[in-house]
Amino acid sequence: METIDESNITEMDKPMVEKPELPSASSKVDREDRATVGETMVDDPRMSCRDVNVYYGENHAIHDVNLDIGRNEVIAMIGPSGCGKSTFLRCLNRMNDTIDICRVTGSITLDDEDINHKKIDVVPLRAQVSMVFQKPNPFPKSIYENVAFGPRIHGLADKKADLEEIVVTSLKKAGLWDEVKDRLDQPGTGLSGGQQQRLCIARTIAVGPEVILMDEPCSALDPIATAKIEDLIDELRQQYTICIVTHSMQQAARVSQRTAYFHLGDLIEVGDTDRIFTNPRHKLTEDYITGRFG
Amino acid sequence: MSKANNMNTASGNKPRTIDIVRAGLAKRKASERRFKLYGKIAIGLGLLFLLLLFGSIAGNGYTAFVQTYVKLDVHIDADRIDPAGNRDPKELSRADYGGLVKASLREMFPEVNSRREKRQLYRLASTGASYQIREMVLADPDLIGQKLSLWVPADDEIDMLMKGHIDRKSAEDDRRVKDNQIAWVDRLVSEERIEKRFNTIFFTAGDSRDPELSGIWGAAAGSFFTLIVTLLLSFPIGVAAAVYLEEFAPRNKFTDIIEVNINNLAAVPSIVFGLLGLAVFINFFGMPRSAPIVGGLVLTLMTLPTIIIASRAALKSVPPSIREAALGIGASPMQAMIYHVLPLAMPGMLTGTIIGMAQALGESAPLLMIGMVAFIVDIPQGAFDPSTVLPVQIYLWADSPERAFVERTSAAIMVLLAFLITMNALAVMLRKRFERRW
Repeated sequence: METIDESNITEMDKPMVEKPELPSASSKVDREDRATVGETMVDDPRMSCRDVNVYYGENHAIHDVNLDIGRNEVIAMIGPSGCGKSTFLRCLNRMNDTIDICRVTGSITLDDEDINHKKIDVVPLRAQVSMVFQKPNPFPKSIYENVAFGPRIHGLADKKADLEEIVVTSLKKAGLWDEVKDRLDQPGTGLSGGQQQRLCIARTIAVGPEVILMDEPCSALDPIATAKIEDLIDELRQQYTICIVTHSMQQAARVSQRTAYFHLGDLIEVGDTDRIFTNPRHKLTEDYITGRFG
Repeated sequence: MSKANNMNTASGNKPRTIDIVRAGLAKRKASERRFKLYGKIAIGLGLLFLLLLFGSIAGNGYTAFVQTYVKLDVHIDADRIDPAGNRDPKELSRADYGGLVKASLREMFPEVNSRREKRQLYRLASTGASYQIREMVLADPDLIGQKLSLWVPADDEIDMLMKGHIDRKSAEDDRRVKDNQIAWVDRLVSEERIEKRFNTIFFTAGDSRDPELSGIWGAAAGSFFTLIVTLLLSFPIGVAAAVYLEEFAPRNKFTDIIEVNINNLAAVPSIVFGLLGLAVFINFFGMPRSAPIVGGLVLTLMTLPTIIIASRAALKSVPPSIREAALGIGASPMQAMIYHVLPLAMPGMLTGTIIGMAQALGESAPLLMIGMVAFIVDIPQGAFDPSTVLPVQIYLWADSPERAFVERTSAAIMVLLAFLITMNALAVMLRKRFERRW
């Protein structure tokens, strides 16, 4: 995180340098220009995407996205509805495979391995790059079973005690332990919305992933539950790389170190979160974050 | 209200929305009431016909649950049944027990002399009486030589007379029970030697040419074995097909064709499945005729589309978020299926299966084709024994000329309905139980 700015700004600003020369009302990049502005690359990225295009049948949903995801960073993806941020997120662990008409081109690498390669099995990939969804979706089973499912199917625990250990640590990490420790055998669906979402996060953590993808994890939650999840994300950053899609700019500003702004399938601007929110370089980004969109 | 009116006039010509709404409200409510009324009429009509059906069946059939019995004083005459005196079971089983019954009847009515009258007299007791005595003697040869007082089933005509199904006032030639028989029965009634009892024969015996000896148990056992075969085959095959088509099969022309054909299969007349069963299972594979195993196979073919369609609907209704949740943490599609989707779809699948089973239970046409319409007295002991099934038994009895089979037909329908209601209740129970697992 700390080293990103210096190294990348110089590199990435080059193609942009010509653009601001063009006559423009402000010094911003014009809204018609769809090339990505900002620092798409980082040193030693965990995941890197090059020329990613996504098609839903005939519909070209994402155009030529280049983006690196660094280690132990929280990267937020923001943008108006239908801009393709969720679609892009789902590319990162090939959840788009489940949609028949969806086609992904370009290269996405995880630790320099192309995840779209024929030889890559999605099962270990998703164990490594796991996903938390927009709507809390606990399994209609007990809290314990919800968390234990991942370790069990991956064979992470040989003994019952080991499995219990994983469940307890995951729940503790997700900040849910104190609330549910007395009722692990109760249905996960009986929890409140915020608790359910933290249960889903615990379920994801239990698998021991390296990257966690979160698709608008707080959109169904009230502000208090949201605050809890945000604190949790901040803590999880020590161990995991987190990509979070969010509708809320405040949330992006609070939890992320880098922010990527999507607009109608284009990655418009990427950069340090503080910089994006204080000094956006693209007109579209500025319009969006200042709420003048349209 | 007045204030609202003032405001209305104040605002000029433009009517307020609330006034328009109020004006139309009565009409809206009337149409709502009308709609509710249509619904009530529809339900009322449905209930009326159901009541009519149940009423007429129960009204016709309830008398079949009792049977008239006659008390005979039978002398187990050693000279008659065991002249050699060696109690050889072979000899005993071949002896003339009918003669004993006849003798005891003659003894009761010594005034009967002519051959014709004697024949009428012998018709008071069922032919089953001699079997009953034979069983007793074979079980306990010490009875030989004793004089027993026995309750034996009366003949079906006497039974009908006792139940009031025969009009005593009609001309003698018009009824099957003659005047002298009526006189004898009346005398037996006055001597308390004739009475109606719960008809255990009906629930324990197989089919018979004599209505008073015929029972539903053979057909019920046949239905049971047939349904077991159907269930064991159609549930796993149906669920597996549904799961594959819904969750794993690629969407292409080929799977489209399969889907269309499954739906077509659901609409194929059941007799066609019977013909298929006859041609394939019996003629080609040489399986036994009239056997529940073949019936089960045929009904499996018939039930499969129902189960597949219901199971697919149940799988479709499982929210995709559950699948995504499992896939998102690296479950294979198979694991997501087995651990999460299948348990959630199970209630719907079970409901579909039981509806299919209920259909199969009531099916007779295809079973006629594979020979389950045969007259079978023995109660089947397994899926390979010849047997018949409940609906076919109903068909057979409905076709029989004896008056006593009319009530037995209705009683058999009641038994079938009881099975159907039990199965449907089971479906509801299972669904509730599984749904409670959140």
